[in-house]
Amino acid sequence: MRRLVITTALAVASTAGFAQKSTADGIAEYRAMLADGNPAELFEAKGEDLWKKKRGPKNASLEQCDLGKGPGVVKGAWVELPRWFADTKRVQDLESRLLTCMETLQGLNAAEIAKAPFGKGEQANMEALAAWISAESRGAKMNLPQGHAEERRMYELGKRAFFFRGGPMDFSCASCHGEDGKRIRLQDLPNLTKNPGDGVGFAAWPAYRVSSGEMWSMQRRLNDCYRQQRFPYPGYASDVTISLGVYMGVNAKGAESIAPAIKR
Amino acid sequence: MADPMRIRAQAQGDKTTVRVLMSHEMETGQRKDAAGKTIPAWFIQEVSATHNGKPVMTAQWGPSVAKNPFLQFTIKGAKAGDKVAISWKDNRGDTRTDEATVS
Repeated sequence: MRRLVITTALAVASTAGFAQKSTADGIAEYRAMLADGNPAELFEAKGEDLWKKKRGPKNASLEQCDLGKGPGVVKGAWVELPRWFADTKRVQDLESRLLTCMETLQGLNAAEIAKAPFGKGEQANMEALAAWISAESRGAKMNLPQGHAEERRMYELGKRAFFFRGGPMDFSCASCHGEDGKRIRLQDLPNLTKNPGDGVGFAAWPAYRVSSGEMWSMQRRLNDCYRQQRFPYPGYASDVTISLGVYMGVNAKGAESIAPAIKR
Repeated sequence: MADPMRIRAQAQGDKTTVRVLMSHEMETGQRKDAAGKTIPAWFIQEVSATHNGKPVMTAQWGPSVAKNPFLQFTIKGAKAGDKVAISWKDNRGDTRTDEATVS
């Protein structure tokens, strides 16, 4: 993949004189070429199947799972998550809510799934489910509720986590995502302290990553952000990851969700 | 068994564009795992397509094709309602066949 980036850079450099095509344009072109035939579709199909399949010790499907819009309502649920759930008395994002449903409806062990490595076993199922559920809200606008006091508290918590500096490099999320026009290597970084626009930042995940051939949910995306900051890994579906989701999601209000997107 | 393919076949004039997404690891045999052991090669070797049961394309693939490959080709003369079937066979001998209707 690195080689491809270098070739793109060279091509851009050699044509810059007359074409004025920026690197960002080149990457956008590459993504557009890949978008038709996004392998995320394979995960969507798998996720839909998993949602409807009877599994676990209780031999039940997830069709009665309440994602915030009532039991079994999937359409439009993704763009309103994370949100407050009265039954668990928690603000939950998609993954933590799925864990709840898998435990209560199917009798699976949520703590065990949360501890499992990404992309394997039940975690691979989680990613497929996230792909399908987010796809059911494709084209909808981000609209996270902030009516409950706990949702507003999580927003403030997420903001603090976003600006919290630490680790061996004294980084925070805001170091890279707090200003317009920043990039890491050749990728433009969205400014997540405000609405970065349709299909950018929070509105672009879950996504299929071509370089690794993996489907990444928001939980995995955040986990990797923390890896890049050299922070300790956050717990899967932990409050800090959910609060960051609330912070980014509320900031992105009105942005069109293109998830599951495709990434380099 | 391997996961199903996603096949879309769309007719426009006398040409039908077929788009196929296959779910496959496509392991090259060049990579090593965390323990330093070579991950054995595992990739699709043969791909074939039929239109109403008649072969219209065969391809030989190798390890350089990406994971979860995408294939697109056009068939002349296919009409809406026709059947397009795709099959692949990998180097372990696993096969998978899926069918779609031209729309």
